[in-house]
Amino acid sequence: MASTTSSIMDTLFQRTLEDLIKGLRLQLIGESAFISKALDEIRREIKSTDPHTKSNALQKLSYLSSLHHFDMSWAAFHVVEVMSSSRFSHKKIGYHAASLSFSDSTPVLLLITNQLRKDLTNPNNEFEVSLALECLSRIATTDLCRDLTPEIFTLLSSTKIFVRKKAIALVLRVFEKYPDAVKVCFKRLVENLDSTDPHIVSAVVGVFCELTSNDPKSYLPLAPEFYRILVDSKNNWVLIKMLKIFTKLVLLEPRLAKRVVEPVCEHMRRTGAKSLMFECVRTVVSSLSEYEQAVKLAVVKIRELLLDDDPNLRYLGLNALSIVAPKHLWAVLENKEVVIKWLSDEDPNIKRESLRLVMAMVSENNVVEICRVLVNYALKSDPEFCNEILGSILSTCSRNLYEIVNDFDWYVSLLGEMSRILHCQQGDEIENQLIDISMRVRDVRPELVRVGRDLLIDPALLSNHFLYRILSAAAWVSGEYVEFSRNPFELIEALLQPRTNLLPPSIRAIYIQSAFKVLIFCLHSYLLQRESTASSYPDTSALSELASKREMPEGSDLATFKAHSHSEQDEVFNPRVSNQSSEELSVGNGGGRTISHGQTSTPVTSENSFTYEAVVNQLNLIELALGPLTGSHDVEILERVRNLLCFIELIKGEILESLVQNEENLNSAEMKSSKIIKLMSDAFSEELGPVSVSAQERVPIPEGLALKENLNDLDMICGDIQLPSSISFSLVSTHYEEGVGASLPDLQSKEELEPPSEATSLLAEHRKRHGLYYLTSEKNDIVANDYPPANDPKLQDNQNNDTEDLVKLTEQLLVSKKRPNQAKPRPVVVKLDGDVVPVSAKRPGPKDDSLSGAVQEVLLGSDTKTSTSRSNPSDKSSSKRKGKEKLIIDPSSELNENLGDAEKLDRENPSSRRSKHRTHGKERRHKSPGKIREEREENGQKEKKKSSHRHARHKTRQRADVPLNVVSETPVIPDFLL
Amino acid sequence: MIHFVILNNRQGKVRLTKWYSTYSQKERSKVIRELTGIILSRGPKLCNFVEWRGLKVVYKRYAGLYFSMCIDQDDNELETLDIIHHYVEMLDRYFLNVCELDLIYNFHKAYYILDELLLAGELQESSRRTIARLVAAQDSLVETAREQASLLGDLVKQAM
Repeated sequence: MASTTSSIMDTLFQRTLEDLIKGLRLQLIGESAFISKALDEIRREIKSTDPHTKSNALQKLSYLSSLHHFDMSWAAFHVVEVMSSSRFSHKKIGYHAASLSFSDSTPVLLLITNQLRKDLTNPNNEFEVSLALECLSRIATTDLCRDLTPEIFTLLSSTKIFVRKKAIALVLRVFEKYPDAVKVCFKRLVENLDSTDPHIVSAVVGVFCELTSNDPKSYLPLAPEFYRILVDSKNNWVLIKMLKIFTKLVLLEPRLAKRVVEPVCEHMRRTGAKSLMFECVRTVVSSLSEYEQAVKLAVVKIRELLLDDDPNLRYLGLNALSIVAPKHLWAVLENKEVVIKWLSDEDPNIKRESLRLVMAMVSENNVVEICRVLVNYALKSDPEFCNEILGSILSTCSRNLYEIVNDFDWYVSLLGEMSRILHCQQGDEIENQLIDISMRVRDVRPELVRVGRDLLIDPALLSNHFLYRILSAAAWVSGEYVEFSRNPFELIEALLQPRTNLLPPSIRAIYIQSAFKVLIFCLHSYLLQRESTASSYPDTSALSELASKREMPEGSDLATFKAHSHSEQDEVFNPRVSNQSSEELSVGNGGGRTISHGQTSTPVTSENSFTYEAVVNQLNLIELALGPLTGSHDVEILERVRNLLCFIELIKGEILESLVQNEENLNSAEMKSSKIIKLMSDAFSEELGPVSVSAQERVPIPEGLALKENLNDLDMICGDIQLPSSISFSLVSTHYEEGVGASLPDLQSKEELEPPSEATSLLAEHRKRHGLYYLTSEKNDIVANDYPPANDPKLQDNQNNDTEDLVKLTEQLLVSKKRPNQAKPRPVVVKLDGDVVPVSAKRPGPKDDSLSGAVQEVLLGSDTKTSTSRSNPSDKSSSKRKGKEKLIIDPSSELNENLGDAEKLDRENPSSRRSKHRTHGKERRHKSPGKIREEREENGQKEKKKSSHRHARHKTRQRADVPLNVVSETPVIPDFLL
Repeated sequence: MIHFVILNNRQGKVRLTKWYSTYSQKERSKVIRELTGIILSRGPKLCNFVEWRGLKVVYKRYAGLYFSMCIDQDDNELETLDIIHHYVEMLDRYFLNVCELDLIYNFHKAYYILDELLLAGELQESSRRTIARLVAAQDSLVETAREQASLLGDLVKQAM
């Protein structure tokens, strides 16, 4: 009794949804409190036995759930209760709540199968049927689909259009969840394509559009039906969907393209609806790009879109242009001005699209101009877009190992310029590229050092934390390649300037290490110079020179130094650089770089650059600047500061002493310190580079090390001892050691592969002693210091002959100078170990899911059926097909053609086409540099061919299942293909 | 296909959501927060498309309300704009000069209209007249049920 009264009370005083909403709107602050109170009410009311109260509570709950995101999964059972109410209004609320809150994992789904079946077959109320269909389209699970397929099948041919179209739309979900339903429903679905009712056609086309977009191949046999709709339909909604279907199908079947291209162009010309026109454009640019006329028409339309006032159309125009860009770059170039104009549009989306297009236009011929334009835009843009511009410049220029960059001096200074842009946040990328280029491109190192110096020397940059990574790269480059510096002293000052205390410790450590390298370089040069002056000049003049230097104040000292360096180096610098590569090569790479360094650095530091005074000043400066850091808490900094300061302490005394002494004793006095300096300089000038992954493999197996020998007789030797196997193994290894006369530690140290900091002299000694374990000489020459040019992995193998190689290189230098367009030859970009040679992306294999399998089965199956029942006059579709049958001339020739098409299809594959395109471009580009280039290119081509071969093989493997289909489909497809 | 529909006002208050793809309750509120943020921050003269998580969101502002639909990458943006416009016209016809308050108080009706327009993320009815007729027919069904219910309520009241 009590429960009934309470339920009546609930009914009478229940808040309706409207009350709830009103209440909510009055609550300005305590909204959440109000809602939780309402939720409590709902929890009580929903248990009521009165269906009205219950459904009202559920309606309120679904409101809160959908707009305030409250979980309502707890009420799932009540939802089912309301769904099963006999009243339409309740049912509606129940179904709505179900489609809102149910998911695949909702347990009560098992309970509703029968309810749904009852509603789906309700003969009286079509709206109840539609409720069930709508709900199913959202919540259907595999089980539900399986159980309800018969009902849905019946509804697919319902006489009530309203119900039938919903059933059709539902089929999409059913197929997805329960592919076996295809066997039952598919034929009827296809029949609906022939329906005279536009709603039905629209619904079916919608379903096929979705199905085709996932798996186009299976629906190829339906092409005739689709074609008919494409030509006949006047409904834009349907036409758009149809175009989408053909966009997919045409890629699979080139013959279809021939038929489709005309109607598509016709629609494009005729229609007034922008949406349809745009869809036509998109179809043409993405699938019919072989048809010149169609593309031209599409580009005209795109231009209209680009010039439109409506930002939507502008955006779409740019979008379409970027689809067409890879195959028809002329379309972009034709609209170049417009595209660049929209770089300054107020809409970031449009700007981004136009940026993408501009980047698509970049080639090695225009990269300089385009980058200049873009950097100017970047300067004007908001921070976000500015960084997008910079990011895309960086990624485009570095693509495929800086493929499009010919003038690295320009590129490096561009990097420097970009770092200075106010909003630049691309520090990491610029850092990577600076270091990457410094290692790959030898010829650009002087410019890199110059750019690095400019960055380091500017104290303002130190306050921008986005630049720290760049500064660390600049510091590293200046230290590593200090021999190219015009003024090393200036570098030390820059590296130790007071504001460096703003830097994070890790980067500061790099600064200090670089300062160390620069200092070593200065001292070393100083010593060399001393030696040379001592030997070439009379003592007195050298001394007086020194004395005159000493009298000058520090500032003027530096000034004269600068003057000197400028006047001299401008002349000395360049020729040396251009000769450098050949020079180094001629010296050979045994310990190469140090020797060549010794030679090459003399002209730079010639005469008076490194005076005693300046060196001492630097030493003092370093001590002054780094003294406080000995108390640093950062290990990296502390370590490096200590190293540097100890080193100075070690040599300073002697250097100071040396001044007081006579010139004659000088050499002996400085003996010790100069030795140290020489050693350090050797250590630092050993070029750093990554170690190849395959380096270990290149180590030849030492003589007498029998790895493959049968160890059976071990038992005889060790039989008496009976040791566990592991120990016996170690015995054997010692046995071998003795036999070969090499010690294990030696082997290990070899395996570490020449730690770069080790002095070359030590290395040489080591080599003398253990020459056996070093790489064979000719190979070593190439492998140790030289990296093969990028994009040319083949080269490595045929470079066994040193002299030939040298001739080649010099010839290349000479020949490439003749290239007409470029002032400078493109420097060699080396391939570093570990580079992944870009391979054109594999096309993912066709998704052979159960759905497509089922669809194909049904399509082929139903076709055989229709062909057998073709005589049956009541079969509408087959009679239609009969008309088309006349078009077939000879099934056997058709078969051949079909196979040919399969091949053509492969060729049409966009990825392979792109790669072909690229090789073409290469060929053209490298034709001028002459023989050697071509030779190399040939190698490259070989490799390319190889890779494409691989690709093809992959393709055939992929096709392994296609021919099966072709064979099974060939009797059928010709009937369908127009 | 259309993955979801969101209606929100200028203050970011959500007025209607409909999900055609599966999103958990948590994801739903996250998506809504993210998208309303993006859409509200866009100025009036910009284009109506936003690329978002590999999908595209087409939105349009009518008075103080933003209607957004999320579609696949290769779907037609202009068509989606048309669908939005279609829906708005239908709301307008149903509520006679629709305003935000109509949607607030009749949120379920806005849903029913949407259900007639879209099914499983596809446009299923492009005729405004047909939809109006269908919605009206269902309304009348609901009304009779409600009358019966209120009759019952009266009876109970009398009995007490």
